Amino acid sequence: MSTEAVDKMIAAELHLRPDRRLPGIPLKKPFSKTALTIRLTLIGLSLLTVLAFVSFDYKGIQVFQGIYATLLNLKTMFLQPRLHHFTFDAALFEVLITLGLAFLATLFGAVIALFLGLFSARNLSSPIASAVIKGLVAFIRAVPTVMWVLIFAVAAGLGSVAAVIGMTFHSVGYLIKAYSEAFEEMDKGTIEALKSSGANWWQIVFQAVIPSSLSYLMSWTLLRFEINFSVAVAMGAAAGAGGIGYDMFMASGFYFDLQEIGAITYFILGFAILLEIAANRAKRKLMQGK
Amino acid sequence: MTALLEFKHVSKQYGSETRALTDVSFSVRSGEFVSIIGPSGAGKSTLLRCINRMIDASSGEICIEGKNVLEFRKKELKRMRTSIGMIFQHYNLVDRLSVMENVLHGRLGYKSTLAGMLGLYREEEKQQAYQILGILGLEEQVYKRCDQLSGGQKQRVGIARALIQGPKMLLCDEPIASLDPNASKVIMDHLRHISTNLGITVIVNLHQVETALKYSDRIIGVNQGKIVYNGTPGQMTSEELQRIYGSERRDTRADQGETQAG
Amino acid sequence: MLIKARRKQVDYFTAKRRHAYLFWGLLLLVTYAAAVLTQYDFVQGLSSIPGALVWGVTHFYPNAESLAKFPDVLRTLVETLLMSIAATTVASVFALVFALLGSQTIGVHAGIKLASRSIATVFRNIDVTAWSMILLFSFGQNVMTGYFALFFGSFGFLTRAFLESIDETGSHSAEALRATGAGYISVICQSVIPAALPQLISWILFMIETNIRNATLIGILTGTGVGFLFNLYYKNLDYNAASLIVFVIVISILVIEFTSNYIRKVMIG
Repeated sequence: MSTEAVDKMIAAELHLRPDRRLPGIPLKKPFSKTALTIRLTLIGLSLLTVLAFVSFDYKGIQVFQGIYATLLNLKTMFLQPRLHHFTFDAALFEVLITLGLAFLATLFGAVIALFLGLFSARNLSSPIASAVIKGLVAFIRAVPTVMWVLIFAVAAGLGSVAAVIGMTFHSVGYLIKAYSEAFEEMDKGTIEALKSSGANWWQIVFQAVIPSSLSYLMSWTLLRFEINFSVAVAMGAAAGAGGIGYDMFMASGFYFDLQEIGAITYFILGFAILLEIAANRAKRKLMQGK
Repeated sequence: MTALLEFKHVSKQYGSETRALTDVSFSVRSGEFVSIIGPSGAGKSTLLRCINRMIDASSGEICIEGKNVLEFRKKELKRMRTSIGMIFQHYNLVDRLSVMENVLHGRLGYKSTLAGMLGLYREEEKQQAYQILGILGLEEQVYKRCDQLSGGQKQRVGIARALIQGPKMLLCDEPIASLDPNASKVIMDHLRHISTNLGITVIVNLHQVETALKYSDRIIGVNQGKIVYNGTPGQMTSEELQRIYGSERRDTRADQGETQAG
Repeated sequence: MLIKARRKQVDYFTAKRRHAYLFWGLLLLVTYAAAVLTQYDFVQGLSSIPGALVWGVTHFYPNAESLAKFPDVLRTLVETLLMSIAATTVASVFALVFALLGSQTIGVHAGIKLASRSIATVFRNIDVTAWSMILLFSFGQNVMTGYFALFFGSFGFLTRAFLESIDETGSHSAEALRATGAGYISVICQSVIPAALPQLISWILFMIETNIRNATLIGILTGTGVGFLFNLYYKNLDYNAASLIVFVIVISILVIEFTSNYIRKVMIG
């Protein structure tokens, strides 16, 4: 996942802004709910970590030898990358397939999320519809993408259809949340103005709400496209969706070919960076207004 | 002349406690320029929005051309709203669209859902928008995006959007509260012109007493949801103003009005 | 003048329309190309949704038989949850060190700053999928593979996140304390970390949520944890048991989301 994409995603997920009100040294209060919560959280996490290490089934693995071996492997991978089982052109083609999967899932997700996002935005919809959709979104997001893909694979068979539909599900969940928040920022007055002139709901949505939030919608969609690219790699590896992820899975699980894994990693990295640059450029253009 | 608009014992209650309007009755003739003045929170804004049912009155009758709007079904309500233009303190334009597109939004009420969604406007409508913008002195700004305009220009776009509806009546909610004195004067002059020359009824909520006195045919004073004054500017006395605003607010309001009206 | 105006107007609207046509045309073209490339069948895609829903309702639910597997499921779920938490917490300790070293305001040496930032960038730009493939070589089908895959991914991510938090919140308080003549280590322990702590914890909680989702995927790839169990039941066509796993994962993710939102609210408010 690209650097900027991650930052934005986190910022959006956390709704957390740095506390600029208190730049000074934090006062040590003898007892406060905040301090207690922080302390309890830290203690809780530490205990769980200790519990984790105690309970792990190590199966006689030598952890430090493993780490050393990993470092050697990394050296081989990244310093001597080579493709053995297919050509450079073929690898490029496979990356394009992965990109295509990500594109289709993003597109379908965006179209569905646009409509459901409208019904989920509190200022445009009824409280009941909004609550129902938000509950649905929470559920969709709680199921890992790979499970969606595998569940759809039962009906559609393993392949691009199941992968795209499964990824679409998660994209829909993600984008509904983002879109509806963008819609909710819409100026109430503008909606009132158009309503008072006799415009109906659909007209207001398409003539005022969507044009006003278009640049937000686009940057969220592009961000999801970047995320979907790495998801598509994973689905290729884990759910037989094809593309470069599948080749990586083969190189690792069947050919045990470190050099090839290195080369594929470089390929994915290169495309992810290209994607990020392109997306950023598109976003900047949108923000300036066409 | 017959009454275009008539309020008969209208009340509006929010929840069980707050009464925004209490037994309001008045009528407005066609082509009249009426200002509604009163302290903030007196119910001016509620009163204005009851007319086109952006807010539903709790009891009483509000008649436009003899028909009670409170009994309107969806279709009649839409038709009524298309015939009434509304202007706002914060202009309420779509900032990311051009002036032209914002003005054409005034035609949405006349269109099918699909044509409106896609923004398909007829050639005459575009010509009309252009003409109205010309009258309001915005020829230069027609294709600019609205976020590039000054407050006064934005308000003129708001007026153009209302005018292209071909309205019988304009409802103006504090149209100059966010503007400087010069821009305020321009806007008020345009509103007066619309009333006098186009024969469109104009009802304006105002903070500035002096402006109201200068431009209106009639002034309605509102205090705590009740009409406490209903007469011509000429009949207005300082005692009446005191009744409208309460004694302590009178001076500051008048001063402000003076400077704002320019 | 009116003719001129009219021409300009026609130009404006045609240009806008041409833009729109171009955009939709291009989108359609790319969609078509993507569909051909991936061999995506629109009709099959559309028809599979109702099919999958019907199948889901009729087959994909836990039954009495699968409930017998509940202890097994619970054991691997706990293992996966603990693995995600442990990977996150240990990664956050390393990330904190690297973030302090790489911070613009707190860091000591330009070379070290650059080095720690670069290491973090490399780690975060390699996806967990790639990490699990790589680690599979060294650790095999073991909980350590998943653990380290999550660890490396989290490390890169958290370093970057911590860096920003520290740069944003820590610098003022550090300056204030340094002015009193306090030593470097005590500045960090007494002011920088406490000031940024609520945010750091917020990042950690977020990372745990993400890691639990990723752990399922890694489990499928590396044959460990609850992901492996899901894959096993799934491949044996035991959909009742597989659905039980989806069910428990959904519950645990919702519970963890709820808990961390609660902690965040208390910390900020």
